[in-house]
Amino acid sequence: MPSERLEPSTRRTPVLSVRGLRASIAGRSVLRGVDLTVNRSGVLAVIGPSGSGKTTLLRCLNGLHVADAGRITAGTGPDVHFDDAAGRRDAPRLRHRSAMVFQHHNLFPHMTAMQNVCVGPIAVQRRAADLVEQEARALLDRFGIGDRASSYPNELSGGQQQRVGLARALALRPDLLLVDEPTSALDPELVGDVLQLMSELAAEGWTMVVVTHELAFAADIADHIAFLHEGRVLEEGPPGAVLRSPEHDRTRQFVARLAH
Amino acid sequence: MSDGWTQALHALGPMITGALLGTVPLALASFSLGLALALGVALMRLSRHRMLVAPARAYVSVIRGTPLLVQLFVVFYGLPAVGIVIPPWPSAILAFSLNVAGYTAETVRAAVAAVPRGQWDAAYMMGMSHTMTLRKVVLPQAARIAVPPLSNSFIALVKDTSLASLVLVTELFRRAQQIAAFTQDFMRLYVEAALVYWAVCLALSAGQSALERRLTRYAI
Repeated sequence: MPSERLEPSTRRTPVLSVRGLRASIAGRSVLRGVDLTVNRSGVLAVIGPSGSGKTTLLRCLNGLHVADAGRITAGTGPDVHFDDAAGRRDAPRLRHRSAMVFQHHNLFPHMTAMQNVCVGPIAVQRRAADLVEQEARALLDRFGIGDRASSYPNELSGGQQQRVGLARALALRPDLLLVDEPTSALDPELVGDVLQLMSELAAEGWTMVVVTHELAFAADIADHIAFLHEGRVLEEGPPGAVLRSPEHDRTRQFVARLAH
Repeated sequence: MSDGWTQALHALGPMITGALLGTVPLALASFSLGLALALGVALMRLSRHRMLVAPARAYVSVIRGTPLLVQLFVVFYGLPAVGIVIPPWPSAILAFSLNVAGYTAETVRAAVAAVPRGQWDAAYMMGMSHTMTLRKVVLPQAARIAVPPLSNSFIALVKDTSLASLVLVTELFRRAQQIAAFTQDFMRLYVEAALVYWAVCLALSAGQSALERRLTRYAI
Protein backbone atom coordinates (compact mmCIF):
# COMPACT_ATOMS: atom_id res chain seq x y z
CA MET A 1 0.00 0.00 0.00
CA PRO A 2 1.23 3.51 -0.76
CA SER A 3 1.60 4.65 2.86
CA GLU A 4 4.70 2.47 3.11
CA ARG A 5 6.31 4.45 0.32
CA LEU A 6 6.10 7.78 2.08
CA GLU A 7 9.69 8.15 3.30
CA PRO A 8 10.82 11.75 2.77
CA SER A 9 13.70 10.63 0.55
CA THR A 10 11.32 9.28 -2.06
CA ARG A 11 8.83 12.12 -1.95
CA ARG A 12 10.45 14.10 -4.71
CA THR A 13 10.97 11.26 -7.18
CA PRO A 14 8.84 11.66 -10.28
CA VAL A 15 6.15 9.02 -10.71
CA LEU A 16 5.06 10.47 -13.99
CA SER A 17 7.08 12.29 -16.55
CA VAL A 18 5.62 13.43 -19.87
CA ARG A 19 7.76 15.08 -22.53
CA GLY A 20 6.68 16.60 -25.83
CA LEU A 21 3.50 14.53 -26.01
CA ARG A 22 1.53 14.90 -29.22
CA ALA A 23 -1.68 13.10 -30.02
CA SER A 24 -4.44 13.31 -32.58
CA ILE A 25 -7.95 11.95 -32.96
CA ALA A 26 -9.10 11.10 -36.48
CA GLY A 27 -6.37 13.27 -37.98
CA ARG A 28 -7.16 16.29 -35.81
CA SER A 29 -4.30 17.35 -33.57
CA VAL A 30 -5.46 17.31 -29.92
CA LEU A 31 -2.25 17.40 -27.87
CA ARG A 32 0.50 19.62 -29.30
CA GLY A 33 3.53 19.04 -27.13
CA VAL A 34 2.64 18.49 -23.48
CA ASP A 35 5.30 18.40 -20.74
CA LEU A 36 4.31 17.40 -17.22
CA THR A 37 5.92 15.94 -14.12
CA VAL A 38 4.15 14.49 -11.11
CA ASN A 39 6.19 13.58 -8.04
CA ARG A 40 5.44 10.69 -5.76
CA SER A 41 2.36 11.43 -3.65
CA GLY A 42 1.69 14.50 -5.73
CA VAL A 43 -1.77 15.41 -6.93
CA LEU A 44 -1.95 17.12 -10.30
CA ALA A 45 -5.22 18.67 -11.40
CA VAL A 46 -5.57 19.25 -15.12
CA ILE A 47 -8.05 22.00 -15.91
CA GLY A 48 -9.05 23.65 -19.13
CA PRO A 49 -11.97 24.27 -21.46
CA SER A 50 -13.83 21.48 -23.24
CA GLY A 51 -11.86 20.20 -26.18
CA SER A 52 -8.54 21.31 -24.71
CA GLY A 53 -7.33 17.68 -24.67
CA LYS A 54 -7.68 16.88 -20.97
CA THR A 55 -9.33 13.50 -21.38
CA THR A 56 -7.09 12.56 -24.31
CA LEU A 57 -4.09 13.35 -22.13
CA LEU A 58 -5.40 11.05 -19.41
CA ARG A 59 -6.10 8.28 -21.93
CA CYS A 60 -2.57 8.61 -23.30
CA LEU A 61 -1.14 8.20 -19.81
CA ASN A 62 -2.87 4.82 -19.55
CA GLY A 63 -2.10 3.78 -23.11
CA LEU A 64 -5.80 3.76 -24.04
CA HIS A 65 -5.00 6.36 -26.65
CA VAL A 66 -1.71 5.94 -28.47
CA ALA A 67 0.16 9.23 -28.77
CA ASP A 68 1.87 10.25 -32.03
CA ALA A 69 5.10 11.59 -30.56
CA GLY A 70 6.83 12.26 -27.29
CA ARG A 71 7.65 10.17 -24.25
CA ILE A 72 5.87 8.98 -21.12
CA THR A 73 7.51 7.44 -18.08
CA ALA A 74 5.12 6.16 -15.45
CA GLY A 75 6.03 4.64 -12.11
CA THR A 76 8.96 2.26 -12.12
CA GLY A 77 8.19 1.26 -15.70
CA PRO A 78 10.41 1.86 -18.69
CA ASP A 79 10.09 4.96 -20.86
CA VAL A 80 7.54 4.62 -23.62
CA HIS A 81 8.53 6.56 -26.72
CA PHE A 82 5.92 7.39 -29.31
CA ASP A 83 8.19 8.63 -32.08
CA ASP A 84 8.22 5.36 -34.02
CA ALA A 85 5.86 2.45 -34.60
CA ALA A 86 7.88 0.07 -32.42
CA GLY A 87 7.66 2.49 -29.50
CA ARG A 88 3.95 3.05 -30.01
CA ARG A 89 3.37 -0.69 -29.72
CA ASP A 90 4.69 -0.41 -26.15
CA ALA A 91 1.81 1.89 -25.14
CA PRO A 92 -0.13 -0.92 -23.38
CA ARG A 93 2.79 -1.32 -20.95
CA LEU A 94 1.71 1.96 -19.36
CA ARG A 95 -1.34 0.11 -18.04
CA HIS A 96 0.75 -1.84 -15.59
CA ARG A 97 1.68 1.43 -13.87
CA SER A 98 -1.52 3.41 -13.78
CA ALA A 99 -5.20 2.77 -13.21
CA MET A 100 -8.05 4.94 -14.35
CA VAL A 101 -11.37 6.00 -12.91
CA PHE A 102 -13.71 6.88 -15.75
CA GLN A 103 -16.11 9.78 -15.97
CA HIS A 104 -19.04 7.43 -16.56
CA HIS A 105 -17.53 4.74 -14.29
CA ASN A 106 -17.62 2.04 -17.02
CA LEU A 107 -18.30 -0.71 -14.49
CA PHE A 108 -18.87 -4.18 -15.92
CA PRO A 109 -22.67 -4.58 -15.73
CA HIS A 110 -22.57 -8.38 -15.65
CA MET A 111 -20.36 -8.49 -12.58
CA THR A 112 -21.15 -7.62 -8.96
CA ALA A 113 -19.36 -4.73 -7.27
CA MET A 114 -17.02 -7.27 -5.68
CA GLN A 115 -16.30 -8.99 -9.01
CA ASN A 116 -15.66 -5.64 -10.67
CA VAL A 117 -12.99 -4.89 -8.09
CA CYS A 118 -11.42 -8.36 -8.10
CA VAL A 119 -11.32 -9.29 -11.79
CA GLY A 120 -8.22 -7.23 -12.63
CA PRO A 121 -6.03 -8.34 -9.73
CA ILE A 122 -7.08 -12.00 -10.11
CA ALA A 123 -7.38 -12.50 -13.88
CA VAL A 124 -4.72 -10.06 -15.08
CA GLN A 125 -2.24 -9.73 -12.23
CA ARG A 126 -2.71 -13.35 -11.16
CA ARG A 127 -2.72 -12.52 -7.47
CA ALA A 128 -4.16 -15.01 -4.96
CA ALA A 129 -7.97 -14.82 -5.08
CA ASP A 130 -8.56 -15.00 -1.32
CA LEU A 131 -6.14 -12.18 -0.57
CA VAL A 132 -7.53 -10.03 -3.37
CA GLU A 133 -11.06 -10.56 -2.07
CA GLN A 134 -10.01 -9.56 1.44
CA GLU A 135 -8.41 -6.43 0.09
CA ALA A 136 -11.45 -5.65 -2.10
CA ARG A 137 -13.78 -6.08 0.84
CA ALA A 138 -11.66 -3.71 2.89
CA LEU A 139 -11.75 -1.12 0.08
CA LEU A 140 -15.53 -1.38 -0.32
CA ASP A 141 -16.02 -1.17 3.46
CA ARG A 142 -13.85 1.86 3.71
CA PHE A 143 -15.80 3.57 0.91
CA GLY A 144 -19.02 2.85 2.80
CA ILE A 145 -20.41 0.33 0.30
CA GLY A 146 -19.37 -2.92 1.96
CA ASP A 147 -23.03 -3.94 2.16
CA ARG A 148 -23.38 -3.55 -1.63
CA ALA A 149 -20.54 -5.95 -2.49
CA SER A 150 -22.87 -8.44 -4.19
CA SER A 151 -24.99 -5.83 -5.98
CA TYR A 152 -24.80 -5.33 -9.71
CA PRO A 153 -23.93 -1.86 -11.04
CA ASN A 154 -27.51 -1.14 -12.16
CA GLU A 155 -28.59 -1.64 -8.56
CA LEU A 156 -26.19 1.07 -7.35
CA SER A 157 -26.54 4.86 -7.33
CA GLY A 158 -24.14 7.00 -9.37
CA GLY A 159 -22.13 7.86 -6.27
CA GLN A 160 -21.88 4.20 -5.29
CA GLN A 161 -20.84 3.24 -8.81
CA GLN A 162 -18.08 5.81 -8.68
CA ARG A 163 -16.82 4.35 -5.41
CA VAL A 164 -16.74 0.89 -6.97
CA GLY A 165 -14.80 2.39 -9.89
CA LEU A 166 -12.35 3.94 -7.46
CA ALA A 167 -11.99 0.68 -5.51
CA ARG A 168 -11.48 -1.18 -8.79
CA ALA A 169 -8.64 1.16 -9.73
CA LEU A 170 -7.00 1.06 -6.28
CA ALA A 171 -7.20 -2.75 -6.13
CA LEU A 172 -4.83 -2.82 -9.12
CA ARG A 173 -2.20 -1.19 -6.82
CA PRO A 174 -1.12 1.33 -9.45
CA ASP A 175 1.80 3.72 -9.06
CA LEU A 176 -0.46 6.39 -10.45
CA LEU A 177 -4.19 6.96 -10.22
CA LEU A 178 -5.88 8.70 -13.17
CA VAL A 179 -9.28 10.23 -12.48
CA ASP A 180 -11.44 11.68 -15.27
CA GLU A 181 -13.99 14.33 -14.28
CA PRO A 182 -14.94 12.77 -10.93
CA THR A 183 -17.62 15.36 -10.19
CA SER A 184 -19.32 15.78 -13.55
CA ALA A 185 -21.54 12.68 -13.52
CA LEU A 186 -22.64 13.22 -9.91
CA ASP A 187 -25.51 15.07 -8.30
CA PRO A 188 -24.21 18.37 -6.89
CA GLU A 189 -24.80 17.30 -3.29
CA LEU A 190 -22.43 14.36 -3.76
CA VAL A 191 -19.51 16.48 -4.92
CA GLY A 192 -18.44 17.14 -1.32
CA ASP A 193 -18.33 13.40 -0.61
CA VAL A 194 -16.09 12.54 -3.53
CA LEU A 195 -13.83 15.48 -2.69
CA GLN A 196 -13.54 14.18 0.88
CA LEU A 197 -12.77 10.68 -0.38
CA MET A 198 -10.10 11.82 -2.79
CA SER A 199 -8.50 14.12 -0.24
CA GLU A 200 -8.16 11.09 2.04
CA LEU A 201 -6.50 9.13 -0.75
CA ALA A 202 -4.14 12.03 -1.43
CA ALA A 203 -3.27 12.23 2.27
CA GLU A 204 -2.49 8.52 2.21
CA GLY A 205 0.11 9.15 -0.42
CA TRP A 206 -1.55 8.03 -3.65
CA THR A 207 -0.15 9.83 -6.64
CA MET A 208 -2.97 11.20 -8.77
CA VAL A 209 -3.77 13.02 -11.97
CA VAL A 210 -7.29 14.43 -11.85
CA VAL A 211 -9.02 16.02 -14.81
CA THR A 212 -11.73 18.39 -13.67
CA HIS A 213 -13.94 21.35 -14.53
CA GLU A 214 -14.51 22.09 -10.89
CA LEU A 215 -11.96 24.75 -9.88
CA ALA A 216 -12.80 24.67 -6.17
CA PHE A 217 -12.34 20.93 -6.28
CA ALA A 218 -9.00 21.33 -8.06
CA ALA A 219 -7.86 23.93 -5.55
CA ASP A 220 -8.78 21.71 -2.61
CA ILE A 221 -7.28 18.47 -3.78
CA ALA A 222 -4.28 19.37 -5.92
CA ASP A 223 -0.81 20.51 -5.01
CA HIS A 224 -0.18 21.37 -8.64
CA ILE A 225 -2.49 22.62 -11.36
CA ALA A 226 -1.92 22.55 -15.09
CA PHE A 227 -4.11 24.67 -17.37
CA LEU A 228 -4.46 22.97 -20.72
CA HIS A 229 -5.42 25.08 -23.69
CA GLU A 230 -5.59 23.91 -27.30
CA GLY A 231 -3.39 20.93 -26.57
CA ARG A 232 -0.67 22.74 -24.67
CA VAL A 233 0.03 23.39 -21.00
CA LEU A 234 -0.40 27.15 -21.01
CA GLU A 235 0.24 27.64 -17.34
CA GLU A 236 1.09 25.49 -14.35
CA GLY A 237 2.00 25.82 -10.71
CA PRO A 238 0.55 25.62 -7.21
CA PRO A 239 -3.24 26.14 -7.10
CA GLY A 240 -2.95 29.52 -5.38
CA ALA A 241 -0.82 30.94 -8.15
CA VAL A 242 -2.70 29.48 -11.14
CA LEU A 243 -6.22 30.12 -9.86
CA ARG A 244 -5.74 33.40 -8.01
CA SER A 245 -3.15 35.22 -10.05
CA PRO A 246 -2.94 33.61 -13.47
CA GLU A 247 -0.30 34.96 -15.81
CA HIS A 248 -2.06 34.35 -19.10
CA ASP A 249 -5.19 36.04 -20.36
CA ARG A 250 -6.63 32.69 -21.42
CA THR A 251 -6.23 31.27 -17.92
CA ARG A 252 -7.69 34.43 -16.41
CA GLN A 253 -10.74 34.23 -18.67
CA PHE A 254 -11.23 30.54 -17.91
CA VAL A 255 -10.93 31.05 -14.17
CA ALA A 256 -13.17 34.11 -14.21
CA ARG A 257 -15.89 32.31 -16.17
CA LEU A 258 -15.99 29.33 -13.83
CA ALA A 259 -15.31 30.95 -10.46
CA HIS A 260 -18.55 32.62 -9.54
CA MET B 1 -63.10 -44.11 -32.20
CA SER B 2 -62.80 -44.41 -35.97
CA ASP B 3 -59.88 -46.17 -37.63
CA GLY B 4 -58.39 -42.88 -38.79
CA TRP B 5 -58.12 -41.49 -35.27
CA THR B 6 -56.70 -44.75 -33.92
CA GLN B 7 -54.04 -44.72 -36.63
CA ALA B 8 -53.25 -41.08 -35.85
CA LEU B 9 -52.90 -41.97 -32.17
CA HIS B 10 -50.57 -44.84 -33.01
CA ALA B 11 -48.53 -42.51 -35.23
CA LEU B 12 -47.94 -40.13 -32.32
CA GLY B 13 -45.36 -42.43 -30.71
CA PRO B 14 -43.10 -42.72 -33.79
CA MET B 15 -43.45 -38.99 -34.48
CA ILE B 16 -42.42 -38.01 -30.95
CA THR B 17 -39.55 -40.49 -31.20
CA GLY B 18 -38.62 -38.85 -34.51
CA ALA B 19 -38.64 -35.46 -32.79
CA LEU B 20 -36.58 -36.61 -29.83
CA LEU B 21 -34.06 -38.73 -31.77
CA GLY B 22 -34.04 -36.78 -35.03
CA THR B 23 -35.30 -33.20 -35.02
CA VAL B 24 -34.03 -32.06 -31.62
CA PRO B 25 -30.51 -33.54 -31.73
CA LEU B 26 -30.12 -32.42 -35.35
CA ALA B 27 -31.10 -28.87 -34.41
CA LEU B 28 -28.93 -28.82 -31.26
CA ALA B 29 -25.83 -30.17 -33.02
CA SER B 30 -26.24 -27.86 -36.02
CA PHE B 31 -26.93 -24.82 -33.87
CA SER B 32 -23.94 -25.39 -31.57
CA LEU B 33 -21.55 -25.87 -34.47
CA GLY B 34 -23.14 -23.03 -36.42
CA LEU B 35 -22.88 -20.64 -33.50
CA ALA B 36 -19.20 -21.45 -32.96
CA LEU B 37 -18.58 -20.77 -36.64
CA ALA B 38 -20.72 -17.61 -36.45
CA LEU B 39 -18.53 -16.26 -33.63
CA GLY B 40 -15.47 -16.69 -35.82
CA VAL B 41 -17.17 -15.05 -38.81
CA ALA B 42 -18.45 -12.18 -36.64
CA LEU B 43 -14.98 -11.51 -35.21
CA MET B 44 -13.58 -11.54 -38.75
CA ARG B 45 -16.24 -9.03 -39.80
CA LEU B 46 -15.30 -6.77 -36.86
CA SER B 47 -11.58 -7.01 -37.56
CA ARG B 48 -9.60 -4.11 -38.96
CA HIS B 49 -7.91 -6.30 -41.56
CA ARG B 50 -9.53 -6.30 -44.98
CA MET B 51 -8.13 -9.80 -45.56
CA LEU B 52 -10.43 -11.06 -42.81
CA VAL B 53 -13.43 -8.82 -43.43
CA ALA B 54 -13.85 -9.62 -47.13
CA PRO B 55 -14.16 -13.44 -46.89
CA ALA B 56 -16.50 -13.10 -43.91
CA ARG B 57 -18.76 -10.75 -45.84
CA ALA B 58 -18.70 -13.02 -48.89
CA TYR B 59 -19.61 -16.02 -46.74
CA VAL B 60 -22.59 -14.29 -45.15
CA SER B 61 -23.71 -13.04 -48.55
CA VAL B 62 -23.59 -16.48 -50.21
CA ILE B 63 -25.37 -18.26 -47.34
CA ARG B 64 -28.10 -15.66 -47.06
CA GLY B 65 -28.48 -15.37 -50.80
CA THR B 66 -29.14 -19.05 -51.52
CA PRO B 67 -31.97 -21.36 -50.38
CA LEU B 68 -31.29 -23.75 -47.53
CA LEU B 69 -32.75 -26.63 -49.55
CA VAL B 70 -30.26 -25.95 -52.34
CA GLN B 71 -27.37 -25.84 -49.83
CA LEU B 72 -28.53 -29.17 -48.42
CA PHE B 73 -28.71 -30.74 -51.88
CA VAL B 74 -25.26 -29.44 -52.83
CA VAL B 75 -23.80 -31.17 -49.78
CA PHE B 76 -25.72 -34.45 -50.02
CA TYR B 77 -26.30 -34.95 -53.75
CA GLY B 78 -23.68 -32.59 -55.23
CA LEU B 79 -20.50 -33.44 -53.34
CA PRO B 80 -20.61 -37.20 -54.19
CA ALA B 81 -20.29 -36.18 -57.86
CA VAL B 82 -16.82 -34.81 -57.04
CA GLY B 83 -15.93 -37.83 -54.96
CA ILE B 84 -16.97 -36.58 -51.52
CA VAL B 85 -19.63 -38.85 -50.10
CA ILE B 86 -21.08 -37.79 -46.77
CA PRO B 87 -23.80 -39.87 -45.06
CA PRO B 88 -27.24 -38.32 -44.39
CA TRP B 89 -26.77 -37.21 -40.79
CA PRO B 90 -23.36 -35.51 -41.19
CA SER B 91 -24.58 -33.96 -44.48
CA ALA B 92 -27.58 -32.45 -42.75
CA ILE B 93 -25.56 -31.21 -39.78
CA LEU B 94 -22.94 -29.71 -42.12
CA ALA B 95 -25.48 -27.90 -44.30
CA PHE B 96 -27.54 -26.63 -41.36
CA SER B 97 -24.45 -25.45 -39.41
CA LEU B 98 -23.12 -23.53 -42.40
CA ASN B 99 -26.55 -21.98 -42.89
CA VAL B 100 -27.03 -21.07 -39.22
CA ALA B 101 -23.55 -19.53 -39.13
CA GLY B 102 -24.37 -17.28 -42.08
CA TYR B 103 -27.44 -15.90 -40.37
CA THR B 104 -26.31 -15.72 -36.75
CA ALA B 105 -22.91 -14.21 -37.61
CA GLU B 106 -24.70 -10.92 -38.22
CA THR B 107 -26.59 -11.26 -34.93
CA VAL B 108 -23.35 -11.91 -33.04
CA ARG B 109 -21.56 -9.08 -34.84
CA ALA B 110 -24.32 -6.61 -33.98
CA ALA B 111 -24.38 -7.77 -30.36
CA VAL B 112 -20.60 -7.40 -29.96
CA ALA B 113 -20.76 -3.97 -31.60
CA ALA B 114 -23.57 -2.96 -29.21
CA VAL B 115 -21.35 -3.40 -26.14
CA PRO B 116 -20.28 0.16 -25.26
CA ARG B 117 -16.74 1.27 -26.09
CA GLY B 118 -16.22 2.17 -22.41
CA GLN B 119 -16.34 -1.52 -21.54
CA TRP B 120 -13.31 -2.17 -23.76
CA ASP B 121 -11.60 0.86 -22.20
CA ALA B 122 -12.18 -0.37 -18.66
CA ALA B 123 -10.93 -3.87 -19.51
CA TYR B 124 -7.84 -2.58 -21.35
CA MET B 125 -7.24 -0.12 -18.50
CA MET B 126 -6.74 -3.00 -16.08
CA GLY B 127 -4.30 -4.68 -18.47
CA MET B 128 -6.57 -7.23 -20.13
CA SER B 129 -5.56 -8.46 -23.58
CA HIS B 130 -7.95 -8.32 -26.54
CA THR B 131 -8.82 -12.00 -26.10
CA MET B 132 -9.39 -11.74 -22.37
CA THR B 133 -11.53 -8.63 -22.87
CA LEU B 134 -13.71 -10.52 -25.32
CA ARG B 135 -14.00 -13.55 -23.08
CA LYS B 136 -14.56 -11.87 -19.72
CA VAL B 137 -16.19 -8.56 -20.58
CA VAL B 138 -17.60 -8.24 -24.08
CA LEU B 139 -18.99 -11.66 -25.00
CA PRO B 140 -20.94 -12.16 -21.75
CA GLN B 141 -22.69 -8.84 -22.41
CA ALA B 142 -23.10 -9.56 -26.12
CA ALA B 143 -24.66 -12.92 -25.22
CA ARG B 144 -27.33 -11.15 -23.20
CA ILE B 145 -28.11 -8.88 -26.15
CA ALA B 146 -28.11 -11.77 -28.62
CA VAL B 147 -30.33 -14.22 -26.72
CA PRO B 148 -33.70 -13.10 -28.18
CA PRO B 149 -32.60 -13.03 -31.85
CA LEU B 150 -30.58 -16.24 -31.43
CA SER B 151 -33.60 -17.97 -29.91
CA ASN B 152 -35.59 -16.99 -32.97
CA SER B 153 -32.88 -18.44 -35.21
CA PHE B 154 -32.91 -21.66 -33.20
CA ILE B 155 -36.67 -22.04 -33.42
CA ALA B 156 -36.51 -21.38 -37.16
CA LEU B 157 -33.82 -24.05 -37.44
CA VAL B 158 -35.94 -26.61 -35.56
CA LYS B 159 -38.61 -26.21 -38.23
CA ASP B 160 -36.08 -26.15 -41.09
CA THR B 161 -34.74 -29.54 -40.00
CA SER B 162 -37.85 -31.01 -41.67
CA LEU B 163 -35.92 -30.48 -44.92
CA ALA B 164 -33.50 -33.18 -43.73
CA SER B 165 -36.22 -35.69 -44.57
CA LEU B 166 -35.24 -35.05 -48.20
CA VAL B 167 -31.69 -36.28 -47.57
CA LEU B 168 -32.91 -39.45 -45.87
CA VAL B 169 -32.51 -38.38 -42.22
CA THR B 170 -35.18 -40.08 -40.14
CA GLU B 171 -36.61 -37.21 -38.16
CA LEU B 172 -40.12 -36.17 -37.24
CA PHE B 173 -41.37 -35.28 -40.70
CA ARG B 174 -39.84 -38.29 -42.43
CA ARG B 175 -41.64 -40.48 -39.89
CA ALA B 176 -44.88 -38.69 -40.73
CA GLN B 177 -44.29 -39.21 -44.46
CA GLN B 178 -43.53 -42.89 -43.99
CA ILE B 179 -46.69 -43.48 -41.96
CA ALA B 180 -48.82 -41.39 -44.31
CA ALA B 181 -47.54 -43.31 -47.33
CA PHE B 182 -48.77 -46.46 -45.62
CA THR B 183 -52.17 -45.26 -44.34
CA GLN B 184 -52.87 -42.68 -47.09
CA ASP B 185 -54.38 -40.45 -44.38
CA PHE B 186 -52.33 -37.38 -45.38
CA MET B 187 -54.44 -34.63 -43.85
CA ARG B 188 -54.64 -36.06 -40.36
CA LEU B 189 -51.00 -37.17 -40.19
CA TYR B 190 -49.45 -33.99 -41.58
CA VAL B 191 -51.56 -31.82 -39.29
CA GLU B 192 -50.45 -34.08 -36.46
CA ALA B 193 -46.80 -33.57 -37.49
CA ALA B 194 -47.42 -29.81 -37.51
CA LEU B 195 -48.84 -30.02 -33.97
CA VAL B 196 -45.78 -31.94 -32.74
CA TYR B 197 -43.49 -29.25 -34.25
CA TRP B 198 -45.63 -26.62 -32.57
CA ALA B 199 -45.33 -28.37 -29.19
CA VAL B 200 -41.54 -28.55 -29.53
CA CYS B 201 -41.36 -24.86 -30.41
CA LEU B 202 -43.62 -23.90 -27.49
CA ALA B 203 -41.30 -25.75 -25.14
CA LEU B 204 -38.31 -23.94 -26.67
CA SER B 205 -40.00 -20.54 -26.30
CA ALA B 206 -40.57 -21.27 -22.63
CA GLY B 207 -36.90 -22.14 -22.34
CA GLN B 208 -35.99 -18.87 -24.04
CA SER B 209 -38.08 -16.84 -21.58
CA ALA B 210 -36.47 -18.60 -18.63
CA LEU B 211 -32.99 -17.92 -20.03
CA GLU B 212 -33.80 -14.26 -20.58
CA ARG B 213 -35.15 -13.91 -17.05
CA ARG B 214 -31.97 -15.43 -15.68
CA LEU B 215 -29.85 -13.01 -17.68
CA THR B 216 -31.78 -9.84 -16.80
CA ARG B 217 -30.59 -9.47 -13.23
CA TYR B 218 -28.37 -6.79 -14.69
CA ALA B 219 -29.26 -4.34 -17.43
CA ILE B 220 -26.90 -3.27 -20.16
